[in-house]
Amino acid sequence: MGNGLTSDYFELFGIEPRFDIDTAELSRRYRQLQQTVHPDRYANATDQERRLSMQQATRINEAYQTLKDPVARARYLLELAGEDPEGGQGSIQSPEFLMQQMEMREALAEARDQADPLAVVGDILDQVALRIRETTSRLEACFQGTHIDVDAARDLIGKLQFLYKLRSEAEQLEADLEDELL
Amino acid sequence: MALLQISEPGQSTAPHQHRLAAGIDLGTTNSLVASVRSGEAATLPDEQGRHLLPSVVRYLEDGNVVVGHEARAAEAEDPLNTISSVKRLMGRGIADVVHTGARLPYEFIDVDSAVPKIHTVAGDVSAIEVSAEILKALRQRAERTLGGELEGVVITVPAYFDDAQRQATRDAARLAGLKVLRLLNEPTAAAVAYGLDRSDGGVIAVYDLGGGTFDVSILRLNRGVFEVLATGGDTALGGDDMDRAIAEWIMRQAGIADDSGHHQMRRLMRDARAAKETLTSQDSASLDIELEDGSHWQGELTREQFDELIEPLIRKTVSTTRRTLRDAGVDVDEVNEVVMVGGSTRVPRVREAIGDFFGRVPHTEIDPDKVVAIGAALQADVLVGNKPEDEMLLLDVIPLSLGIETMGGLVEKIIPRNTTIPVARAQDFTTYKDGQTAMSIHVLQGEREMVDDCRSLGRFTLRGIPPMVAGAARIRVTFQVDADGLLSVTAEEQTSGVQASIEIKPSYGLTDTEIESMLRDSMEHAREDMEARRLAEQRVEADRVLEALTAALAEDGDRFLSVDERDDIESEMDRLADLRANGTVEQIKEGIRSLEKVCAGYVERRMNTSIRDAMSGRNVEEFE
Repeated sequence: MGNGLTSDYFELFGIEPRFDIDTAELSRRYRQLQQTVHPDRYANATDQERRLSMQQATRINEAYQTLKDPVARARYLLELAGEDPEGGQGSIQSPEFLMQQMEMREALAEARDQADPLAVVGDILDQVALRIRETTSRLEACFQGTHIDVDAARDLIGKLQFLYKLRSEAEQLEADLEDELL
Repeated sequence: MALLQISEPGQSTAPHQHRLAAGIDLGTTNSLVASVRSGEAATLPDEQGRHLLPSVVRYLEDGNVVVGHEARAAEAEDPLNTISSVKRLMGRGIADVVHTGARLPYEFIDVDSAVPKIHTVAGDVSAIEVSAEILKALRQRAERTLGGELEGVVITVPAYFDDAQRQATRDAARLAGLKVLRLLNEPTAAAVAYGLDRSDGGVIAVYDLGGGTFDVSILRLNRGVFEVLATGGDTALGGDDMDRAIAEWIMRQAGIADDSGHHQMRRLMRDARAAKETLTSQDSASLDIELEDGSHWQGELTREQFDELIEPLIRKTVSTTRRTLRDAGVDVDEVNEVVMVGGSTRVPRVREAIGDFFGRVPHTEIDPDKVVAIGAALQADVLVGNKPEDEMLLLDVIPLSLGIETMGGLVEKIIPRNTTIPVARAQDFTTYKDGQTAMSIHVLQGEREMVDDCRSLGRFTLRGIPPMVAGAARIRVTFQVDADGLLSVTAEEQTSGVQASIEIKPSYGLTDTEIESMLRDSMEHAREDMEARRLAEQRVEADRVLEALTAALAEDGDRFLSVDERDDIESEMDRLADLRANGTVEQIKEGIRSLEKVCAGYVERRMNTSIRDAMSGRNVEEFE
């Protein structure tokens, strides 16, 4: 019996399991699926159908979030291949990467004392965005068809997680600064 | 336009009856109800032709309740029994409300409880009960105007409303005897009102500046699907701040002291408000202020001066808007449409500043006070089933992150804000002591790291964990948020095979028993009527189940079911039909449950097939 709850996320969306997916097509299919199962389509249905519809809509949201984001998608592909995506945490030992991180963190910590703190934070956000783009395209290169360079992918996933965290801290600081200035 | 069909008396040609549904904007200051009639959505006026219903409820000594204009008129004379702005109290404890700076002249009891009550001459009432009175008044208005009972309503809530506030709103509706088809975010309703769901698609920004709150939402529209990408706002920013800015300016000009009497201050605010309203259409407003010593101060406030006074406030909204765009991952020049909501968007400088920021003229064609109710009515019409071919679908996000308390008073986020709902997320935790058999779980909502800075939604305890060494148990905590943004939390011990699990309804809400007892209290009739009502409701539910299943079987029963399976289902259906006619409430409930059990596989197969068909671009009908 075909059960939509057991198929993997790529299968659910009817797309090939690979890293460089067409995200516009993914979004299109996502909306089409939600058109079919969303609880609003069952506003007048029985409780049983409403429960099932919520489960399916939940799963489709989860699948979409996973496939849309490059890091989540890379992790998911590693899991599908039977690899542990967490293995890369210890391997971020590149002194160059750690140095960059430290420099940006310091700049962020000192931003408040600068003449134009918002401009400083803005610069950092631009730099982080650039690094995220670079790292993501290197991550893409780790997935060639069915072959995966597992070690490199883990390492880049770890780096991207660092960069995401830094970005969210910088955004929080920017928001705080804007609030204080007003 | 389609030709009208005339049918023989008693023979309806309509494939289905027009079902009565309404959209309700349950506002802080005013509320409205709207409905779609002859294809047109409009707000419904009362018998005097007034569309706005002041959100004010007055309790009288004889137990009667007065809602609306009459209640508002009595506010000064009977402040303790006349409740206004109750929306600010929904889903809130006293401490939360005091924190937002709202002044509350009421006499509170149970102040420490999650659901505090207000003491009135007619007894103690909670915010939920007060809101239910407003909803009842709107329900009566709608049913009188539309000539029948409402089958369902869509109620709007601010996008920033947290789980407690949404739950409280839903409880109020139940208490008012309304079936809620959906709680809809106010900005989404506004976009629907402008028919943007029918446009080509793109990114829509909804800027909602009301009397006391500001709210901005970024939506994406694609083939009838609205996706809320991000929401942001400020719960203490709005037109009242503009009035205050003008009042302070007058005080400076007229040399009125800060510590002037209450009476003087109230009059000043009223004059300031009048000046603001004049300045929406005039270039200047003349002022004549009566001072405490009886003398008058006269002056003039120009549009230019006013614009300058409110500039900081507008800058603040623009900065929140910029941040929300970033949360949504959208550049300002990607925004295709801008929609203005809320009375304060009548101020010309607001329109101009927002137009400049987005580089396009904002939509202001629909009355900004009515636009939300109109959108809710359109959505209610679709959800109740009057437009089966309509493809409109609204995908919402949760406005605030959800998490649980961990060691050291820190919050571990489980679902981040702006995640599309419905959503479920699980996280594993463990015990920290040998032999620990219970674990307390504290659910929180908010963006900050410390428990004290977030809103507590409730606590519950998972008991019956098998004794193990510290760190060996695996307790999986699952958060499920439904399409209305309502949360349920489950905890389950995984390793032992013994599963202890508990589902909570966070502590601020009302339990089903409480709602039932409130309903009972509010019914003037005896207990038998209550029973009769429950029986009637259960019969409606049985009909719903039987109708849905009959339609499904006719459509694809042969495709999905073997002869035996179909026989099983049909004999359960006969049994339920019999119970429906002759059984008690409990017996009908049981009949529904056992029918659901036999057709569980069938219902699931149907839905899975519809998913696959959606992906292969075919409809179920094409198989026939």
